[in-house]
Amino acid sequence: MIEMQQVKKTYPNGVTALNGIDINIDPGEFVYLVGQSGAGKSTFIKLIFREEIASSGQIRVNNRDLLEMKWKDVPLLRREIGVVYQDFKLLPKMTVYENVAFALEVVEESPRQIRKRVMEVLDQVGLKNKARFIPDELSGGEQQRVAIARAMANYPKLLIADEPTGNLDPDTSWEIMKILEEINGTGTTIIMATHSKEIVNTIKRRVIAVEGGLIVRDQHRGEYGYEV
Amino acid sequence: MAMKFRTLKRHFKEGLKNSWRNSWMTLASVAAVTTTLLLVAVFLALVFNLNHIASGLEEDVQIKVLVDQTANEEEMEELSEELEGLDNVESVVFSSRDEEWQDLMTSMGDQGEAWGLFEQDNPLNDAFVVTAEEPQDTVAIANVIIEDFDYVERVNYGQDFVQNLFTFNNYARIVGAVLIIALVFTAIFLISNTIKITIIARRKEIEIMKLVGATNWFIRWPFFVEGLLLGILGSILPIAVLFTGYYYIDQNMSAVNQFDFVQLLPFTPFVWQLAGLILLIGAVIGVWGSVMSVRKFLKV
Repeated sequence: MIEMQQVKKTYPNGVTALNGIDINIDPGEFVYLVGQSGAGKSTFIKLIFREEIASSGQIRVNNRDLLEMKWKDVPLLRREIGVVYQDFKLLPKMTVYENVAFALEVVEESPRQIRKRVMEVLDQVGLKNKARFIPDELSGGEQQRVAIARAMANYPKLLIADEPTGNLDPDTSWEIMKILEEINGTGTTIIMATHSKEIVNTIKRRVIAVEGGLIVRDQHRGEYGYEV
Repeated sequence: MAMKFRTLKRHFKEGLKNSWRNSWMTLASVAAVTTTLLLVAVFLALVFNLNHIASGLEEDVQIKVLVDQTANEEEMEELSEELEGLDNVESVVFSSRDEEWQDLMTSMGDQGEAWGLFEQDNPLNDAFVVTAEEPQDTVAIANVIIEDFDYVERVNYGQDFVQNLFTFNNYARIVGAVLIIALVFTAIFLISNTIKITIIARRKEIEIMKLVGATNWFIRWPFFVEGLLLGILGSILPIAVLFTGYYYIDQNMSAVNQFDFVQLLPFTPFVWQLAGLILLIGAVIGVWGSVMSVRKFLKV
């Protein structure tokens, strides 16, 4: 699903965020990405859906060469990847339904198909009865579920979650984790950046620890921590 | 760039919605385009008509070569051949001194008849009337004739008048072009600013669109529509002014038509063509302004 070889990323201001990353993530895996703030987690994630371009090395995502890729193919890559953020990134003036439908309108789905698919994913995250609400009328956990539904609308093969529970209380966080596990159960690859020791140590999965722009630990069914 | 009709409809709806939401900025840009196009319209109508009148006059420009009175028939024949051998000359017509006399008398009307008494003492010269292929070459040809040709007493072509006419026309075109370009860029700048504001208002939306895989064209279209709308709205008033104004002037000009040589371009098709041109300029200004402002926001 994701192959990286000797990936380096230096920003125009001279900061080197990643300094030679080698990694292989197979389809269907669930991977935690841990590390201090500033360790390079965000850059790692941004490289995958090409919000940033690597300075050198090789990146393949879903059999696409990200360094050789043409600009016009970037939207096609992004349709294969769902992204969920800590701050949800929902449009405040749109209803829950419209927020999810937005992702499908953009790829020019037919109105019938949109209606069907939106209700499907809202059902999957348990928010079918809140379709007419606007984000402000929902709790944080519910808003994150809308964001997940939107990310899943295009049947992505890969779901990237950047600290999805960062703004949520522990109980709500477990709800979100349950949904992510279900999605992973249907074969979707998940990469989740997190600072939650409790989650990583309870739901044991592959852990990739990043420190100073390098992978310092890559362990199946690993525990939280990123000390060298 | 195949696009489904449904998508096109969506883009138009979004574009209209944006313009409506920022109605004050929309109004400001439309006002800017209106002012620009109003001046452009007046100016173009003026320049096209000046050009029309000038070319009319230019076409009448001829060189009259007055033959030296002492020249005999052989020498006159020689001169005629030399004149016809000149480059860029369209025609050489001989006019005898008797014909010249007749022309003069006719042009003087009633007074001419009185002068008829002096026909025996006709003081005029035989003449060749030379017409240049391109009116612009008239002065150059006349100079060659004066300097290089024998048996020529004098050359007449309304020197100062022709020279001034050409100079004035050229200046008018240059000044006008500079003025129009400056105005057009001002209008483009104002439109691009308006659209920038609607983009900033929708930055989050654009960010999410890109996140879920919208193509740049999908994002660009509503702004494109908005720019086009601003340009077209801005051209309505100038076109209306053009139609009524030109109609009014045209009517009054033909009412006092003793200046037969000052013929305006006919209302149809000129005003229609100019209106089309104004609409086109408006649309181009609008689209250009929007493309300029969207470009920056679509990087990455």
